[in-house]
Amino acid sequence: MTAVTTGTAVEATVETTAEAYEAAFDAAVAADERIEPRDWMPEAYRASLVRQMAQHAHSEIIGMQPEANWITRAPSLRRKAILMAKVQDEAGHGLYLYSAAETLGTSRTELLDKLHAGRQKYSSIFNYPTLTWADVGAIGWLVDGAAITNQVPLCRCSYGPYARAMVRICKEESFHQRQGYESLLALSRGTPAQHEMAQDAVNRWWWPSLMMFGPPDDESAHSAQSMTWKIKRHSNDELRQRFVDICVPQAETLGLTLPDPDLKWNEERGQHDFGAIDWDEFREVLKGNGPCNEQRISQRRRAHEEGAWVREAATAYAAKHSGKGASGDSGTGGARSARLVEKEATA
Amino acid sequence: MSGSTQWPLWEVFVRSRRGLSHTHAGSLHAPDAEMALRNARDLYTRRSEGVSIWVVPSASITASSPDEKDSFFEPAGDKPYRHPTFYEIPEGVRHL
Repeated sequence: MTAVTTGTAVEATVETTAEAYEAAFDAAVAADERIEPRDWMPEAYRASLVRQMAQHAHSEIIGMQPEANWITRAPSLRRKAILMAKVQDEAGHGLYLYSAAETLGTSRTELLDKLHAGRQKYSSIFNYPTLTWADVGAIGWLVDGAAITNQVPLCRCSYGPYARAMVRICKEESFHQRQGYESLLALSRGTPAQHEMAQDAVNRWWWPSLMMFGPPDDESAHSAQSMTWKIKRHSNDELRQRFVDICVPQAETLGLTLPDPDLKWNEERGQHDFGAIDWDEFREVLKGNGPCNEQRISQRRRAHEEGAWVREAATAYAAKHSGKGASGDSGTGGARSARLVEKEATA
Repeated sequence: MSGSTQWPLWEVFVRSRRGLSHTHAGSLHAPDAEMALRNARDLYTRRSEGVSIWVVPSASITASSPDEKDSFFEPAGDKPYRHPTFYEIPEGVRHL
């Protein structure tokens, strides 16, 4: 009898506590406060964040491939140095995001395994090929431009570590977009052949860039819930419209045409109308039938496997030298650096 | 897939310029302290954001629990007299 009563009491307490946690979470989100890693959060919120952040991180590192394709063929040393810095940034962005995702209790290893097994996605834009040098410029202007439009509101996302990673990323993306624009401008104002190359690249990247904002609002699986949780701040269609309106005058300055006969200013709406997006193409690429899906993921797997010996060697080296640093006699850089840190920390 | 042994996690603190304290920048994986420092330089100071970096094994950090944040920080809550604005000073009194 006593035992039963106690059991019920405990259950009741647990339930009240869970409700209190949920109420605290809802209140924090409503008040525009940030949720931090060790706070209680609904499991669905956690899962949704892991899904989105993993997909975002994967996109950053898969996105290195189409651009790295042109590093050795960049037309000048200046462009080459810029492109290398950009591709290195993408690796950095991936790492910021994997770190942020890890605060939710997953691990980078687990996320990479899922990417390699095809169980997590990356942005479908990177399944298109970079056929000419002008594609590098078009990616910077349009793909990074679309990414910025998407990502700026994420700087105010309700999950603290994600929002902080995005602040960093957005600062760096601005360089990516501007270098792309400058590069396209140079081509557009160059020889007729260069101008044509730039136009061709814009023709191929424009529609896939619009697809980057995801399916229309009424078909978007996760949108509504993400908006409630303030992970997302604006709808897919809203951001897509914003991007189109930004790009039109930029294209004019470039002297290039956006490949949409229906694109025109709508005085009444104060926005541009634009043509219908081919969502069948989007779904096909998403399903794995894009021009480069197979190539991107097998290249990623190969890079991971071929780098295994480096990871193992570094682990072995660390194991061999662990403990020696404390005695101060190993003379390795590691021991030296560690002592410096200690000195500064106590200073 | 190989490489399933994950390198330990490190927290990175960056001093952006002399005169300022180190601020948490993020975290990263590295096999040892030396590599953690090098990786931190490549990851968090690509644009001269720092003049000094600390790396600390994440496992070495002891943190207060968010569950008890109210009770843990409560002692300061009822002591407004620790703030200068608590005190009423006649108008016209200067440099106080």
